[in-house]
Amino acid sequence: MTTEAGTEAEVKEKAEESAAQTDQSEKAPEETKEVVAEEGDKKEKDKEGKGISRYLPTWLKKQKSQSQTSPTKDVPAAEEAVDKESEQKEGAPPEVNGHAEEVEEEEEEEEEKATEKSEQVNEKEAEPKADVKTEAEPVKEEKVEEKSVAEETKAVQEGEVPEEQEQQQQPPEEQQQQQQQQQQAPVKETTTEAPTEPETGDTQTSLFQSPLRLVRKNKMKLVVCRVTLLDGTDFTCEVEKRAKGQYLFFKVCEHLNLMEKDYFGLTYKDTHDHKCWLDPTKEIKRQIRSNNWQFSFNVKFYPPDPSLLTEDLTRYLLCLQLREDVACGRLPCSFVTHTLLGSYTLQAELGDYEADQPKPLDYMSQLTFAPNQNKDMEEKILELHKSHRGMTPAQADAQFLENAKKLSMYGVDLHHAKDSEGVDIMLGVCANGLLVYKDRLRINRFAWPKILKISYKRNNFYIKIRPGETEQFESTVGFKLQNHRSAKRLWKVCVENHSFFRLNAPEPPTKARFLTLGSKFRYSGRTQAQTRVASSLIDRPAPNFERTSSKRISRSLDGAPAISITDTSAGENGRELHLELNSDSKVDMSLGDAEAAVTQSPGASEAAPSQDHDKTQDEVLKHQASISQLKRSFMEAPPPSPPQPNQWEKRLTSSPATTIRVQPQPVVTVSQTETAPVEIATPEPKEPVKTAEVEIEETVVVQEVSKAPKPTVVTIEKVPHEPVVKVEEAMPVAEEDEPKKRESVSSESESEEEAEYHPNVHVSIAHSEIPEEKEEEEEEEEKVEVAEQLPNDTTAILPPVIEEEAAPVEVQQEETHDADLPKEAEETHATEPENEESTDDPMLTPEEAPPPNGLPLAEEDSPDAGQEEPKVNGQPMTVETERRPQVICCTEPPVVKTEMVTISDTFAAQKTEIATKEVPIVHTETKTITYEASQLDGSADGEPGVLMTAQTITSESLCTTTTTHITKTLKGGLSETRIEKRIVITGDCDIDHDEALAQAIKEAKEQHPDMSVTRVVVHKETELAEEEED
Amino acid sequence: MANICPYGRFTHAVVRGIPESFGKAKDSGDGEKTNGEVTVDLAKAQRQFGCLTGALRQKAGLQLIEIPPDPDLPESWRVEDVVVIQGDTALITRPYKQQRRSEAEAVRRVLSELHLTVVEMGEEEGGSGGATLEGSDVLFTGREFFVGVSSHTNRRGAEVLADTFRDFAVSTVPVCGGARLKNICSMGGPDTIVFSNTDGAKKTLRMMEQLTDHHYEILTVPEETAANCIFIKGASNRDFLLHRPTEEAPESAAAFQKLPDYTLLPTACSEASKLGASLSSLCLLINRKLSYF
Repeated sequence: MTTEAGTEAEVKEKAEESAAQTDQSEKAPEETKEVVAEEGDKKEKDKEGKGISRYLPTWLKKQKSQSQTSPTKDVPAAEEAVDKESEQKEGAPPEVNGHAEEVEEEEEEEEEKATEKSEQVNEKEAEPKADVKTEAEPVKEEKVEEKSVAEETKAVQEGEVPEEQEQQQQPPEEQQQQQQQQQQAPVKETTTEAPTEPETGDTQTSLFQSPLRLVRKNKMKLVVCRVTLLDGTDFTCEVEKRAKGQYLFFKVCEHLNLMEKDYFGLTYKDTHDHKCWLDPTKEIKRQIRSNNWQFSFNVKFYPPDPSLLTEDLTRYLLCLQLREDVACGRLPCSFVTHTLLGSYTLQAELGDYEADQPKPLDYMSQLTFAPNQNKDMEEKILELHKSHRGMTPAQADAQFLENAKKLSMYGVDLHHAKDSEGVDIMLGVCANGLLVYKDRLRINRFAWPKILKISYKRNNFYIKIRPGETEQFESTVGFKLQNHRSAKRLWKVCVENHSFFRLNAPEPPTKARFLTLGSKFRYSGRTQAQTRVASSLIDRPAPNFERTSSKRISRSLDGAPAISITDTSAGENGRELHLELNSDSKVDMSLGDAEAAVTQSPGASEAAPSQDHDKTQDEVLKHQASISQLKRSFMEAPPPSPPQPNQWEKRLTSSPATTIRVQPQPVVTVSQTETAPVEIATPEPKEPVKTAEVEIEETVVVQEVSKAPKPTVVTIEKVPHEPVVKVEEAMPVAEEDEPKKRESVSSESESEEEAEYHPNVHVSIAHSEIPEEKEEEEEEEEKVEVAEQLPNDTTAILPPVIEEEAAPVEVQQEETHDADLPKEAEETHATEPENEESTDDPMLTPEEAPPPNGLPLAEEDSPDAGQEEPKVNGQPMTVETERRPQVICCTEPPVVKTEMVTISDTFAAQKTEIATKEVPIVHTETKTITYEASQLDGSADGEPGVLMTAQTITSESLCTTTTTHITKTLKGGLSETRIEKRIVITGDCDIDHDEALAQAIKEAKEQHPDMSVTRVVVHKETELAEEEED
Repeated sequence: MANICPYGRFTHAVVRGIPESFGKAKDSGDGEKTNGEVTVDLAKAQRQFGCLTGALRQKAGLQLIEIPPDPDLPESWRVEDVVVIQGDTALITRPYKQQRRSEAEAVRRVLSELHLTVVEMGEEEGGSGGATLEGSDVLFTGREFFVGVSSHTNRRGAEVLADTFRDFAVSTVPVCGGARLKNICSMGGPDTIVFSNTDGAKKTLRMMEQLTDHHYEILTVPEETAANCIFIKGASNRDFLLHRPTEEAPESAAAFQKLPDYTLLPTACSEASKLGASLSSLCLLINRKLSYF
């Protein structure tokens, strides 16, 4: 983190140096602020002690500090700011973190103040004071970086060094900076800068006015999070107080240089000391419900076959988790297994057994291999260790995992419960399903495929079991948990495990059901299938990492105090990530960083002011000058992307970011921010479908499917350009907004005391693969939910004019029929009669029509779309995600094109109504049958949003009028773009409406596979029909 | 784990000779008919025992350790009951019948000589108070344990077993009709379970299928007596299956022919069978060449 920040700073500095000097006056204030903070920190803490910083010119220093404040990558800057704040608050000398090495600088600190980077790092470290480890880590990272880059940078830097007196010192700083820069991707820097700029400016002003206030603000906004890593060390970072879990998790993964992050998660202890998983999609603050920002990084999903993991680093982390599990008894194993696992641990950490090792048993006893460790076991471990000679650490880890994975309790998350008779049992959630234990005995097991529904109500937890071959009715098994919280916790774990291990793609959060309360919680990350695909695409040299505990051991043997060296590795990791990540990934990161930077910057600025008091006026002036320069640079920099998009991206990035996924995302974000809702809208159609599904158990399946379909985006382009296009599809797409919606939804769900989840893998899979992609449609009005009900009705087309919206519905129906939906189907049938004469035909049509389209099944409701967006998060990671962006473009270079189109369209189209010919249809009265899903209300429509843009595009063909509505709304910082296409088929009695409808749907599908049919309306006009044809 | 490997690898077999008191065990008074109504042919039983040991040693190539018979322990030949062995760990069980608990003495010594880790289930300790467990109610598949809760084995006994073999899932299944788990099923290969076709067995099988994470091939045999076999993967990966001969299970012979590339070793066991035992009851199979891959 720190390194990143530093790099950005460096970059800025370089660019700005010239400017900065000129603009010193401006910068001065900022500089002073920063400087002050730095000084204070330095004095107390004494930064890494890079003498260089001391020597650096004040303005340079200032710049650095500014850069720091602007969170390049996010956390670092923020952390610094926070640290500063914390330091101030605490008043305790940061030095505790203390790097003795850096003490040297203290003397010059006041003058030097400038050594921003080092200082920042120190500050960060110091702030967390409590976490000595954390502090140490950052420093180490820097050092490492320095080392690596150092030689080169030194040479360069020296050349660059300003002529000023301090210049001498500068070179080292520059080196550091350069190093950091190298580590960080250039992209990131740019992105971060933009967001930061505004903040810095604000901060400066505010600082001058009243530093205290600023400080307070900082305090409010930034919080120091301590994350206990798997190697036992603490990672400290600052996050925005309102940051989502995802943000912190990404920070940690970044620190660890971990790419296969989907198997991991963060936990916190709730007020009852229960371990809970931090929901990445929700604000941290709302989850921990206390001021204890203490987390631990853990394996969340134990891969059934660790050998399929791509990177040794991932396996190593899994090993660390398992060692802990074994040592504490959470993963029970026999004596033999303990010894074998212990021996592999030794081999991985110590290398080959060395006969001359002094008293191996002494240090052995310091290591914990088992809960009931004894000398006998340790001797056996040593004995086995000897037999592993020649095995590399990676091999030893692999062997460790090969053995550990076979343990029966591997990856089983146990929960205390009582059965229906009040007998104490344990419920174990694992990759395969739900296990029931009584004492140590397995007394029942429910594989995921056998479970139709998982729900909880108060402190009861229920699973509905698929009827066996000989059974006719499904049965429900209930368990009693200790309380409501534990029931919900179990339920969530089940939902997540099922989604991760059994689904191809995560389900979108449930839409608001009509009359149904309950948690809408859904797993938001990547599924195992997705993460495997992503992992297979990892293309970076194997990251270097150190096996921490081994170092400890070795040190202890040497007599030196054992300290984890992990930090270094982390630093290395960070670098590698940046370098190795694809350009796309970088982009994403940058976006996220930018946001982070923004948040962080305030804190930094605040801190600075307080320190300013100590500085001399001259210094202050200098600082101000530097600040002004910085400001200027910021101003010059490209305007920061809208905050909303950033957040969105953030989430995306936070979701296990794979290079592949990342690419698509950035594009999307850009388009959104810039303008064109159209593009955005297209991808989203899928979402609505999902919602509909939610209601039905089988629906789940649909949701999965819907994800795939995303491609729909195209609509906009076609419509405007060619009026001729007959097919019209309403595509409610809420891309950006979705995440927020989800969040909000999820939060709501939490409050609720019950929830259901239908894990129907079969259905979902089938749907996902096949039907989901297509959706047809006819009209679309934002109401999405209709689809489920509509399917039957849709078919009805009356002679004169028929509006059809619900193609997707039909699809769902089909699915439903297969599964549990018979009821719905019945309903639809019932409705059909209403359709009148056409009913029969309609019935046929809907069903028939979808198939031709290819994937008629997908239904979409705009509201749903919003919820579905969660998928987006997941998508980034997945291949599917890629599709989305592509879909938008329709052509191979989808992204680029999209943007292009979007911009033009957006500007031109925004708020413009090209032509609306919907009206005529509406007028028709005779009989209009409209099926709308109830869900619609809850979803997009229900949510209050700010309408940003709206455009309507209408195209006509012989007997078909297509109206496309593009609506962009802002909800809580997220923008949602919905594309709705309304296809009106107008004709005389001569026209075969069924055929026309089928054709329209088919075309729509072709254009937008993701589309869902929201509504199908059939108007029978006796008289007015002609008018409509307009 | 280290000791988790495909079922069937054995290096040693432990048997105990047929005593002259064969078939004359005192009724424990638990209601089970031991021998009262059954007339057994001691000489025939000893001949059959000899055939079994011969097959184990000469055909399957196992090292055979024969514990001399003890006339004072009329059921001591049922060595399977007194110990459950997995890997290098041997759990000395607590047979249902009080008088059988001394049978473990000799077996314990042998196992110690084989350097197995011997775990005692405990006599009357509170921890295992009331726990009873007999090896013939324990089916180890190489991946997990199934413990048949029967007239001789209770849940407490299964818990002790689960606590001993922590690497493995231990599931309890009901055994109906007073039979023993191993009487209705046995391993017929690394992933194959031979099951009898009786209703009770089917019920047990369904429960096992419900409880397991793994997939097993099920070889169904029409006669319950045929369901107990001994599978050994011998040298050069040859699969040996000791099963009841055609005379004793005429309708099941065809089923065993389905097993591909097996060396079938029909082994008579009619006399022991009269006492409720079967082939596997007569021997303990041990693998002393544990491979830690």
